[in-house]
Amino acid sequence: MTQPVLSVQELTVEFVTRRGTLRALDKVSFDVARGEVLGVVGESGAGKSVTGSAIIGLIDPPGRIAGGKVVLSGERVDNLPPEEMRRLRGKRIGMIFQDPLTSLNPLYRVGEQLVETIQTHTDLNAADARKRAIALLDEVGIPAPDRRIDGYPHEFSGGMRQRVVIALALCAEPEFIIADEPTTALDVSVQAQIITLIKRLCKERGTSVMLVTHDMGVIAETADRVAVMYAGRVAEVGPVRDVIKEPLHPYTQGLMGAIPSITGEAERLVQIPGSMPRLSSIPKGCAFNPRCSKVFARCHVERPELIDVGGHQVACHLYDQASAGKTEIAA
Amino acid sequence: MSEQAFVQVRDLKRVFDVSKPWLNRVLERQDKQFLKAVDGVSFDIRKGETFALVGESGSGKSTVARMVVGLLHPSGGTVSIDGVSMSDAKAAQERQRLRKRIQMIFQDPYASLNPRWRVGRIIAEPIHAFGIIQGDAAITERVGELLSLVGLHPDDGKKFPHEFSGGQRQRIAIARALASNAEFIVCDEPTSALDVSVQAQILNLMRDLQQKFGLTYLFISHNLAVVRHMATRIGVMYLGRLVEVSDGKQLFAAPRHPYTRMLLDAVPDLAMVGKPREGVKGEIPNPINPPSGCTFHPRCPLVFDRCRVENPPVIDGVACHAVNAGRVAA
Amino acid sequence: MTDKPLPVLPPSRLAQLWDSDLVYSFRSSPITVVASIMALVLVLAAVFAPLIAPYDPFDPASLDLSDGFSRPMQPNEITGKVFWLGSDGQGRDIFSAILYGSRVSLIVGAASVLLSLVLGVALGLVAGYVGGRTEALIMRVADIQLSFPAILVALLVFGVARGLIPPALQEQMTLLVLVIAIGLSNWAQYARTVRGSTLVEKNKVYVDAARLIGLKAWPVMLKHVLPNVAGPVLVIATINLALAVIEEATLSFLGVGMPPTQPSLGTLIRFGQQYLFSGEWWILLFPSLVLILFALSINLFGDWLRDALNPKLR
Repeated sequence: MTQPVLSVQELTVEFVTRRGTLRALDKVSFDVARGEVLGVVGESGAGKSVTGSAIIGLIDPPGRIAGGKVVLSGERVDNLPPEEMRRLRGKRIGMIFQDPLTSLNPLYRVGEQLVETIQTHTDLNAADARKRAIALLDEVGIPAPDRRIDGYPHEFSGGMRQRVVIALALCAEPEFIIADEPTTALDVSVQAQIITLIKRLCKERGTSVMLVTHDMGVIAETADRVAVMYAGRVAEVGPVRDVIKEPLHPYTQGLMGAIPSITGEAERLVQIPGSMPRLSSIPKGCAFNPRCSKVFARCHVERPELIDVGGHQVACHLYDQASAGKTEIAA
Repeated sequence: MSEQAFVQVRDLKRVFDVSKPWLNRVLERQDKQFLKAVDGVSFDIRKGETFALVGESGSGKSTVARMVVGLLHPSGGTVSIDGVSMSDAKAAQERQRLRKRIQMIFQDPYASLNPRWRVGRIIAEPIHAFGIIQGDAAITERVGELLSLVGLHPDDGKKFPHEFSGGQRQRIAIARALASNAEFIVCDEPTSALDVSVQAQILNLMRDLQQKFGLTYLFISHNLAVVRHMATRIGVMYLGRLVEVSDGKQLFAAPRHPYTRMLLDAVPDLAMVGKPREGVKGEIPNPINPPSGCTFHPRCPLVFDRCRVENPPVIDGVACHAVNAGRVAA
Repeated sequence: MTDKPLPVLPPSRLAQLWDSDLVYSFRSSPITVVASIMALVLVLAAVFAPLIAPYDPFDPASLDLSDGFSRPMQPNEITGKVFWLGSDGQGRDIFSAILYGSRVSLIVGAASVLLSLVLGVALGLVAGYVGGRTEALIMRVADIQLSFPAILVALLVFGVARGLIPPALQEQMTLLVLVIAIGLSNWAQYARTVRGSTLVEKNKVYVDAARLIGLKAWPVMLKHVLPNVAGPVLVIATINLALAVIEEATLSFLGVGMPPTQPSLGTLIRFGQQYLFSGEWWILLFPSLVLILFALSINLFGDWLRDALNPKLR
């Protein structure tokens, strides 16, 4: 197997508060291959955004990376000094956030921001950087880019703004892009356009993307593989088709049944009782055990590790040979 | 339509004045600017059904909801509920009687409950306001009953809203809506702030309550899948106008208006059949200066001359010149 | 409020309170704890002045001119009496005078804060909730008010009141006039803050929910909006208490405040400064120190309260 572009290994992030240490990420591991879109999906509090922030070194105190490592193209980056980390961001890791308005400075023309970013990360002169910026705007599908480049962010619509943000993320031709809920603030019709764009760019440029979202539909359309997170842990990772069609983890199974579909016939949605635990009260053993319909004794005491089951990985005792005798394995 | 619909909305209009302050207008030589948020919307809701309004941002669906419950005065048109017109109900007593029958569930469960009030007091407020039950002990009992009804513990009434999760808060909001024994509940994006697993709980709860009490819902959402799951009938809105009204499943099986088709095509779906995308064109125009004629015409694949000048009327549930002229199989 | 009396608190409630974020942030700020203790001591001393004070400085019968100008902690040259903080020219005990004086200062301060608070909060609520011309009118008046120094407004009100009240009643009415003068000079700040918060709160949907069940504007404002805008008001009121006491002292120092028969801290300072250059420093120093300590401790407490109630800074 070739070297993954990004490898996250047993990453643990803790927040120290006066009431004790809260573990926002607990030994999270996954790889992203070259040109691959990894979807990271989870409900609020699952730790998906913290994962993105941890990778780019943007965990603010009282939070800290308490363990594990982040490896970018074979090079460990989680322990870089802040100055080097800052250079890494934007150059080797691009970022796309939920609200395009927060990533664009309203006081500067779109072109100025693009040119500035290009010149920070490459040694192009101003004229070439501008040409490059126009080419990028064209690539992300902004009509008349040579004219629009002199517009201010507020002159762009929501979808066009998100395109500009994507162009901004592409400036230094990063090998890896983190897209945190890139379509959540957009309308359905625009969302579809942005999804198509991200997919196309990935394919054409061979960039790897970590797509963080709560929307399974977006994952289904965009991602190659998907990691399902629950309470700061990875519950299941696998090819997107397998995870969606044949989820293994009881949480993923519940999640899939809970999503209303525009084609399905379900009269009643599957309901997972209760809600995601707060960080201050994550249950012992498997974090999902109080809500799980297939819970058994081992789940209360021992945390399940990710194990390989038919092409994808799942963290559930149901699929572990050692406990297979004790309970029926769900089909 | 049936003999007398439970809720009748006729030619509802709402214009917002979005002008700059007077001094700026004079200095910058600008005219007053108006935003037609809702422009001539009519529909009926039958008793016991769920009528959904679906649309993207700026479609005016929430403005319709606020006018239906009486939080916002219409600039034109009427809303009548069980034959009583909201604007005619001049006498305070009659209006209060009508209010008792209508309640609303809001989108943001973090803002819809007064953070300084205990949950019990929040749920009891409509009971006090409408004088439904007298006596503190009886009211406390009723509040406990309502809390159990929405799946919470009667003792939860002693807590403050911040002690609950988003889903639990939405349950509290539903309990408050039921406290006045309302028959008609307007739900404005009730689950869009919630996680999917919690959304399923709330949608199921709303269905159960509808069956139990014969509730009528006006359900506002931008999420087509949720709407499909909940609605008996669906109205699709675009830039303040109703472009298509159809029976629930029918809308998804055979969409007629080109906008509806585009919308359905854009929804990412778990079925992942690898359907080829039509490639959605353009974005919603600025509602302050909407396009002439049919407001959808700049994005419409079926556009022809008439669309640019004439606003299509709703005929047989769809407002489209092309469909009505028989240019496309509907 | 219509809250029913709470049932007997389980013992854990006290522990919960001790552990709450607000109390924790208070506990973990030594400056705030010291400042609050100081403010509390000063307030208690003022309230219980008649019990604590060794002399009654307003009882002319008990004054002895031969006690005059006693130095602090030293026996008087003639009578041999010891005054802790010395005495003034008429033999009045400075310590007792300060206790009674801070009492007057505090009453004026607290009452004027209450007046400006009630006025400002009510006007701010109405402006924010009703909007339109009402709002424009109230806020423009507030703007005008804020463009004058508070002390000037207070002087103006004081002067007008002087002109209206018959001379015979003037001395008795001074305290009331002072309260009104200082109160009227400070309401605008409350009105501005409350209007701002009200604009935010009235767009939250819990207000819509209350309107839906037919509540009129006043109940919505008082029962729903007011409790949610109270936080910043509390902060302003705390800091304004210090300001109002200083303002009162300034007025009294200028000679338009409390009369010598009913001296406040400011009046005491005015007397004291006459003696500064003749060597009787204690007459000026001690009342001034108390005024500074009080203003400082209240301000430190107010600063902490502002930070603690601001969720963004937490």
